[in-house]
Amino acid sequence: MSWLEKLGLKKKEKLEQGVEKSREGLLNKLGRAFAGKTEVDAATLDELEDILISSDVGVKTTVEIIDRIEARVARDKFVTQQELQGMLREEIVALLREHESGRPAAFDAAFDHKPHVILVVGVNGVGKTTSIGKLAHMYKQAGKRVILGAADTFRAAAVDQLTIWSERADVEIIQQGQNADPAAVAYDTVSAAVARGADVALIDTAGRLHNKKSLMEELAKIKRVMGKVVEGAPHEILLVLDASTGQNAMQQARAFREVVDVTGLVLSKLDGTARGGIVIGVSNELDVPVKYIGVGEGIGDIQLFDRESFVNALFGEGGTIQ
Amino acid sequence: MFEDLSSKIEKAVQSLKGQSRITDVNIAETIREIRRALLDADVNLAVARQFTKDIQERVLGADVLKSVQPGQLFTKIVYDELVHVLGEEKVDLNVSPKPPTIILIAGLQGSGKTTFAGKLARYLKKENNRNPILAAADVYRPAAINQLKTLAEEISVPVYSIDQKDPVRVAKEAVAMAKALALDTVIIDTAGRMHVDEAMMDEVAQIKQAIDPDEILFVVDAMTGQDAVNTAKAFNDAIDFDGVVLTKLDGDTRGGAALSIRTVVEKPIKFMSTGEKLDALSPFYPDRLAKRILGMGDVVSFVERAQQEFDEEQAEKLQRKIRSDKFDLTDFLEQLQKIKKMGNVADLVGMIPGAQKALQGQEISDDAFKPVEAIIQSMTPEERADPNLLNGSRRKRIAKGSGTSVKQVNDLMKQFSQMKKMMKTMSKLGGMGRASQALKSLPFGR
Ligand SMILES: Nc1nc2c(ncn2[C@@H]2O[C@H](COP(=O)(O)OP(=O)(O)OP(=O)(O)O)[C@@H](O)[C@H]2O)c(=O)[nH]1
Ligand SMILES: [Mg+2]
Repeated sequence: MSWLEKLGLKKKEKLEQGVEKSREGLLNKLGRAFAGKTEVDAATLDELEDILISSDVGVKTTVEIIDRIEARVARDKFVTQQELQGMLREEIVALLREHESGRPAAFDAAFDHKPHVILVVGVNGVGKTTSIGKLAHMYKQAGKRVILGAADTFRAAAVDQLTIWSERADVEIIQQGQNADPAAVAYDTVSAAVARGADVALIDTAGRLHNKKSLMEELAKIKRVMGKVVEGAPHEILLVLDASTGQNAMQQARAFREVVDVTGLVLSKLDGTARGGIVIGVSNELDVPVKYIGVGEGIGDIQLFDRESFVNALFGEGGTIQ
Repeated sequence: MFEDLSSKIEKAVQSLKGQSRITDVNIAETIREIRRALLDADVNLAVARQFTKDIQERVLGADVLKSVQPGQLFTKIVYDELVHVLGEEKVDLNVSPKPPTIILIAGLQGSGKTTFAGKLARYLKKENNRNPILAAADVYRPAAINQLKTLAEEISVPVYSIDQKDPVRVAKEAVAMAKALALDTVIIDTAGRMHVDEAMMDEVAQIKQAIDPDEILFVVDAMTGQDAVNTAKAFNDAIDFDGVVLTKLDGDTRGGAALSIRTVVEKPIKFMSTGEKLDALSPFYPDRLAKRILGMGDVVSFVERAQQEFDEEQAEKLQRKIRSDKFDLTDFLEQLQKIKKMGNVADLVGMIPGAQKALQGQEISDDAFKPVEAIIQSMTPEERADPNLLNGSRRKRIAKGSGTSVKQVNDLMKQFSQMKKMMKTMSKLGGMGRASQALKSLPFGR
């Protein structure tokens, strides 16, 4: 068994334990909603609506999901509990985008570019720096040469924080200290990645609220200068969303997409009781996949996002869909 | 853009016109609209249900339909109830009669505790003449201690920290240090923790037990969704906090989590945090948040954002110019550019109540400013200072130079003179009271 499988297994258990704690209530609820029913009545749909809303899926997406279910039931008539559950899973999975081949999520997959440059963005405190630390560790464990760029030069001690993560993950870091020009740091990082033959460059950025225009423009500039070193860089722009965030995550996603073309999502802090349901609507609307989930503060606490498991977890089940 | 709940309520209530009484049946649609608005604003589902139920009972009793504007009365009932639940009166921090006053700060990861600790130290020092010391009890997150030290340096406040990973000891020793140095306030920053992490929740309870704080503040990200009730409850069970701090309100979140928390733990919200800079902290104003939750805009936040861009001196100068009728097109251009810097124009407009309606559905984008800028930039300095110089041939030249039409130039000049009048009146009235009207007179359209 490879290290990855081992780790994957271990981490999965951890997620499920965490998830178990928080989903118990949900499972019971859904059980109540479906038990003994042969067709979907209004009460069941209401119950379903409650579950989705309570998971931060949002009114709009919830209504969309319910409408689809209703349309299918109207067509197929008498639905059993199992059929209904299957339908529900299918509908939600269908809203979540799949990983793209050019941007593989698996850490040992080969990249089309060398260096493969990843820019990490998001609002304040969502877990950007920590996610970079974890990703660096994972790529390094998979045998890749990794370099980090400390382009959060604004927040107090942000450079120190990333430096500590680079030591933990045992990877290189490019930094110019606090208050340096973030675009210059990004430029240097990509240049160093080329010069040193790195496989992956991960660039940290300062947290910024998406409605601050000048900060968003700064981000666009950071992105632009990277393309001057390596054509097509950054190859990935990961937007980190905190699982506890509610409907505002949609606004965040739209605003970041507008300035930097987000290519994937990281859903952090899934180790609490928040369910992160907003990613369903975000993934669907932005047409980008959720790539990773954060499940703790440890260096290994990151997992590849799996649509089926996510939906199962949403409804408190461990099994997979046939 | 924010959806305007009050106009939705108005519409829903319209359908009730002609009916003599509000009944459970005919009110259902309106209640549903309100509930949906609350859910869109991240109010917890159960809380939103209870809240709308209360509203329903209230309007069933009131003679809403007989009033001249039932929609507005209805909206007001919702608004008043929100303000009521959010907490009408201001609750101050607890202060110990025997110094030092000990303040403990706790919350989830990434909620903004460390920045708030710095802000609170600055606030107490500046506004209340206190002498605080900060204690770095977040011993886990990489560089958290350095972060606190950097912030503290900026405001010249001492920090107590140790090398060992022992937050209880840090807290105790910081209190002892405060006594020794005769400092009157200790602010303890703790590590972010998940409410389901038993060991970590135990730890913060131990810190509490060791130092017996006068004030425990639970810091929450205003963008939090449905889960806010779970975390607030868990923290309240573990440490029985005294007050809540809402952070990141400079974003465009509606902030419904505050309502959920108030409802489930019944603890007052004491502060709101509105920016990354250390002075971006203010006491909690329930009316502002109520408006935000309802999508009715938040003028005060709008003004505060404006103030971040305009320093006081400049504002003073501008006021003087407006009063003495010297506000010219050069000033106007400058103001436009500042507004653009303040953020997305559409979002800003959304913060002003009634603005949406005043604009009658016209989309405002930053591009709307472009022709205006081009026109002014095509004028000579003399023309900018004195629009009376603009005769027909000059207007033609300007239109050509800016790639616009003479009509657009004319419109702009007309609107500019109207705006000047309005600004003068407003500066006399002193305030933003008629902001929406002023906005209507801005030459956004074509
Ligand atoms: N429990 C848990 N905590 C996390 C996770 N990811 C990050 N954190 C914690 O969240 C807090 C904020 O994380 P950071 O990585 O500093 O977030 P950031 O987005 O870089 O923050 P800024 O740069 O300040 O905007 C830290 O205390 C992290 O340890 C996660 O998946 N689970
Ligand atoms: Mg960071």
